[in-house]
Amino acid sequence: MSAIFIMIGASLLLAIGFLIAFIWSVRSNQYEDDYTPSVRMLFDNTTIQEKKQETNNKTKKTK
Amino acid sequence: MRVKEKSEVNTTCYHCGEDVVEHHYHIEDKEFCCKGCQTVYEIINKSDLCSYYDLEHSPGINQKQEVRKGKFDFLDDVQIIKKLIHFQDDTHQHVIFYLPQMHCASCIWILEHLDKIDSGIIKSQVNFVKKEVTVIYNYHETSLKKVAEALTIIGYEPHISLNDVSSSKIKKHDTTTIVKIGIAGFCFGNIMMLSFPEYFSLGKADDIGLKTWFSYLNLALSLPVFFYSASEFFISGYKGLRQKFLNIDAPIALAVLITFGRSVYEILSGTGAGYLDSMSGIVFFMLIGRYFQNRTYQTISFDRDFKSYFPLGVSVINANGTEKQISVSELKVGDRIKIHNDEIVPADAILFLGKATIDYSFVTGESLPVEKSIGEIVYAGGKQTSGAIELEVVKEVSQSYLTQLWNNETFKENKKEVKVSFIHRISRYFTYALFSVAITAAIYWSVNDPSKIWGAVTAVLIVACPCALLLSATFTNGNMIRILNKYKLYVKNASVIEQMSEIDTIVFDKTGTITEQGKSEITFQGTELSSYQSQLIRTLANQSNHPLSKSVVSFLPFAKMLNVKNYKEFKGFGTSAIINEHFLKMGSSEFVLGKDSHQLVSGSRVYVSIDEEFVGYFVVKNAYREGLENIVSSLGSQFELKILSGDNASEEGFLKNIFGNKSEMLFEQKPEDKLNFIKRLQNHNKRVLMIGDGLNDAGALKQSDVGIAISDDTNNFSPACDAVLSGKNFTLLKELINYCRRQKTIIFASFVLSILYNFVGLFFAVQGDLEPVFAAILMPISSISIVLLTTGLSSFYEIKLKRLRPDKSHY
Repeated sequence: MSAIFIMIGASLLLAIGFLIAFIWSVRSNQYEDDYTPSVRMLFDNTTIQEKKQETNNKTKKTK
Repeated sequence: MRVKEKSEVNTTCYHCGEDVVEHHYHIEDKEFCCKGCQTVYEIINKSDLCSYYDLEHSPGINQKQEVRKGKFDFLDDVQIIKKLIHFQDDTHQHVIFYLPQMHCASCIWILEHLDKIDSGIIKSQVNFVKKEVTVIYNYHETSLKKVAEALTIIGYEPHISLNDVSSSKIKKHDTTTIVKIGIAGFCFGNIMMLSFPEYFSLGKADDIGLKTWFSYLNLALSLPVFFYSASEFFISGYKGLRQKFLNIDAPIALAVLITFGRSVYEILSGTGAGYLDSMSGIVFFMLIGRYFQNRTYQTISFDRDFKSYFPLGVSVINANGTEKQISVSELKVGDRIKIHNDEIVPADAILFLGKATIDYSFVTGESLPVEKSIGEIVYAGGKQTSGAIELEVVKEVSQSYLTQLWNNETFKENKKEVKVSFIHRISRYFTYALFSVAITAAIYWSVNDPSKIWGAVTAVLIVACPCALLLSATFTNGNMIRILNKYKLYVKNASVIEQMSEIDTIVFDKTGTITEQGKSEITFQGTELSSYQSQLIRTLANQSNHPLSKSVVSFLPFAKMLNVKNYKEFKGFGTSAIINEHFLKMGSSEFVLGKDSHQLVSGSRVYVSIDEEFVGYFVVKNAYREGLENIVSSLGSQFELKILSGDNASEEGFLKNIFGNKSEMLFEQKPEDKLNFIKRLQNHNKRVLMIGDGLNDAGALKQSDVGIAISDDTNNFSPACDAVLSGKNFTLLKELINYCRRQKTIIFASFVLSILYNFVGLFFAVQGDLEPVFAAILMPISSISIVLLTTGLSSFYEIKLKRLRPDKSHY
């Protein structure tokens, strides 16, 4: 029976971890705009990758 | 049909999708309606951003109306930059622009690739719901002005108003409520789980260690609920008591406090398990209810004043003739300012140079633009519609005719918040009843078994807390707000619903409220037009952006555009062009006939001549909203109706026909007159609903018990008000008001249900043996059934609205 003491404690800790994750997601304004990201994810990635390469090049140059 | 017709005979602009009239502008096989659209395409093409056109068909914004060069010069001013940007470090600045033109996925796409257009821009991110874009840029490589210009050249001119700099707006998304709900829900669930052994009496005598371990865990879990999540009930209840006012939060706070206190005592003394599960559950449900009720429509702002209507910068002409952009708030008496076409005059000023045709419809309610001659005073808020003019400021911005309204004391107090909702009144009776039950139980037990006094009294207060009342109110309001939103009536907060159910008098503004903004009724006077003549006139009218030309275009039957040569626009007079070898002139009688006919006529006239031969004139009158007669007659049987207009009395006869002779009608009312009129009505114990649209109604909207602003495009500016109603659903007004009247019925019904639950709970509580498991079952069942009842009833009453909804396409 003593195992249940530890198990309950562990499960609570796990749950608290999720609670903290939830609070963090709220605090970092992830729920502020619930429409734009749904559109954004449908855009083609090509230009974004180009952009990344460009910015990478830029940072290399500046270094 | 019409669309098909169009595609056969006409090409549409590749950029904005409008008809192509002159086939001058094309790149490869793509045709454009104007130079502006072509330029935008070139820029987008050059920046390698042509996916813009793949995502949506013709997503662009029409560029016929060119944005003046130097419009954003005021963004070079260090003081203005400081006020506009949100964040700055040694290389970067962050700014948020409001772009009302944003409308589709392509918009999001191009606005998030601004870095391709201006390499100084690091990142741009769109919030589509708020129509805002956050731009992060390197201010050594580019500047705020250049960013604004880059947005403008691709067709998204940022809306920058005086309001953006005058208030310290830190519009942070309020997250504390969600966090509170999250924590309460988490603790509620875990406490319930840990209470299971208690519920099923699993903890036998040999497991006493397990039992206490669970109890202490429960106690630990309840602490954040009690001290953090429930804190707002304590604060609000305490505030109410300090003002000698017993609001609904006070008895709730008391119940939470007693439940917590008794539970702590039982756990620490080892006499029981307490009611922590019930307590955290109640807090959880009540917070959800509050959140549901307060979740208003975030894209609509309800407290805009003239500052968000006025521009931020204005061109001032110095003594040596050079122009300089300064902030409107820095304008001084005696400054010479230059106002360009379609700009707003920011301060009362005297016309110095140029031809002024001022559109006051938004400010005073006059439906037609007013011509001003040199030396006349032009009031702030008017929109110049005929070319550039120069003016000399005679009053500072804050002292002008229009803005003075905001110095009125009505704008300084927040009277509407003070009004006491009937929910607080009910809760007070409830509390008194509750205390008498508790006292009776105490007296009974003090005679029969004094050891049970404490248990019975606390159990009564725990079981019968007015949280059911709060739940029914918040969930009813929340659901009603949601349903009203569906019918495009956006209310500011829940108390508006209650106010709305009590009104007995409705006051209408005329221009823009019962008439349709930008829409007019046209008739043609003269010899009947042949289809060829009408085609010629339509072609000419289509060239101009003048509101009257636009009305003419919409009036004439659709026809193919003809070849236009020598097109000339004479600001304030009219237009002329050679179309198919015919010389057409269109405009004022002075321009077309060469003589001024200053007759007193209702509506404005557009004269037309073909080959110098006068063919007739169009009469443009303001058009009343569709279904106005029906809605007025049905409202008239229930409410007192009045009209309060800033316009002249020319339409009085017509309005008398619709509204009947009983309705009071006042014309040529100044903003202050309107406000005072409402005040007078209220002094006669009338509950007034004011419906208006313009800045001149702002005072009356604020003073009235409920102020509804009518808006044909909810993204447009609307003055401070309690609710915004879409013009399309104006005819639903009566049903919407009646729907709000159901609020009390629904709340009463669910309150009766909760009283029934309370009787059951109290029956056990007064006997002093309230089992925690019993409380834990009763509480969620009563809460959930109340929520179901309120949502069910408020949706049931929606049926009548559903039947009447004019357009069923949306949502």
